[in-house]
Amino acid sequence: MAKVLVVTSGKGGVGKTTSTAALGAALAQSGQNVVVVDFDVGLRNLDLVMGAERRVVFDLINVVQGDARLSQALIRDKRCETLSILPASQTRDKDALTSEGVARVMDELREKFDWVICDSPAGIERGAQLAMYHADMAVIVTNPEVSSVRDSDRIIGLLDSKTQKAERGEKVDKHLLLTRYDPARAARKEMLSVEDVLEILSIPLLGIVPESEDVLKSSNVGAPVTLAAPSSLPARAYFEAARRLNGEKLDVSVPTEKRGFFDWLFKRDA
Amino acid sequence: MSFLANIFARRQQSSSVAKDRLQILLAHERSTGSDTGESDLIRQLHKEIMEVIARHVAVDQDKVQIKVDRGSGCSMLEIDVEVPQELSGKRVSSS
Repeated sequence: MAKVLVVTSGKGGVGKTTSTAALGAALAQSGQNVVVVDFDVGLRNLDLVMGAERRVVFDLINVVQGDARLSQALIRDKRCETLSILPASQTRDKDALTSEGVARVMDELREKFDWVICDSPAGIERGAQLAMYHADMAVIVTNPEVSSVRDSDRIIGLLDSKTQKAERGEKVDKHLLLTRYDPARAARKEMLSVEDVLEILSIPLLGIVPESEDVLKSSNVGAPVTLAAPSSLPARAYFEAARRLNGEKLDVSVPTEKRGFFDWLFKRDA
Repeated sequence: MSFLANIFARRQQSSSVAKDRLQILLAHERSTGSDTGESDLIRQLHKEIMEVIARHVAVDQDKVQIKVDRGSGCSMLEIDVEVPQELSGKRVSSS
């Protein structure tokens, strides 16, 4: 039974696309069939972060409008064969996506894959609502910063009211992914702590991704951080988050360099 | 003195200020919805209060200030109406 996951945030620039790519690649490396779908029509970037920008022929809108078959638009990752990407259109605008067309494509994706991960555009309008509509689960990407937390709260409200699940009286399974976290600044009380954000948003924590230069280095070369630098701190956080998405119960810890290798080893086994 | 001031200023950490501000703001946004709810209520209150005042005096819409201060326990809606001197005088003399 395929799971549809939306990666959303409300606010832009918090790490939705980075997280979509990293979680998609982490889940695919565990052997499951994963597709990452870019819903950011007109401002697509998932193809670039995944290093597939030169291989785009058809896109989501071509498939939605029936100009191309789904199999023609899907791009298989060269490094990980269980990972595919469905790019967004760069030239059209969001109105080209019809609800019926998106529903048809999502049904088809559900048949082909174990995980359908939708990268939402920023904002709360049509594009973001289409990206979340079919979701069974949601990852809310939040930075420990006031405007991001406020927008996440707004998105949580939309997930509880504007999704297919909500219309059926069911709940979308929501998870918080705290990104660009700086444990040292949080310890000095210069930054909202994990506990602060959890207390305010009150949804379960999926993971804490520390601020790291490895994230930018990976996007520079067009690879998800979980493929380009799998032993880096952010990649470890994403791998653990992916295991939690698969239902594993793991304690969430802030990955830090200061912890020794053995600490990390024992933590992982726990 | 500035040294001492710095020491005392640091007591209130910026992260706890951020948390308090968010908690107050979100309590309001959740209960009212930031698109409709509260802003509609304020528009309605403003309209009705102005109608009542307009029955008695002519008021320039630009001379009406509306402020809201959302606190954790209660909110304050402040409507400041500037009544023209001659009109308020007339009103008093005719009554």
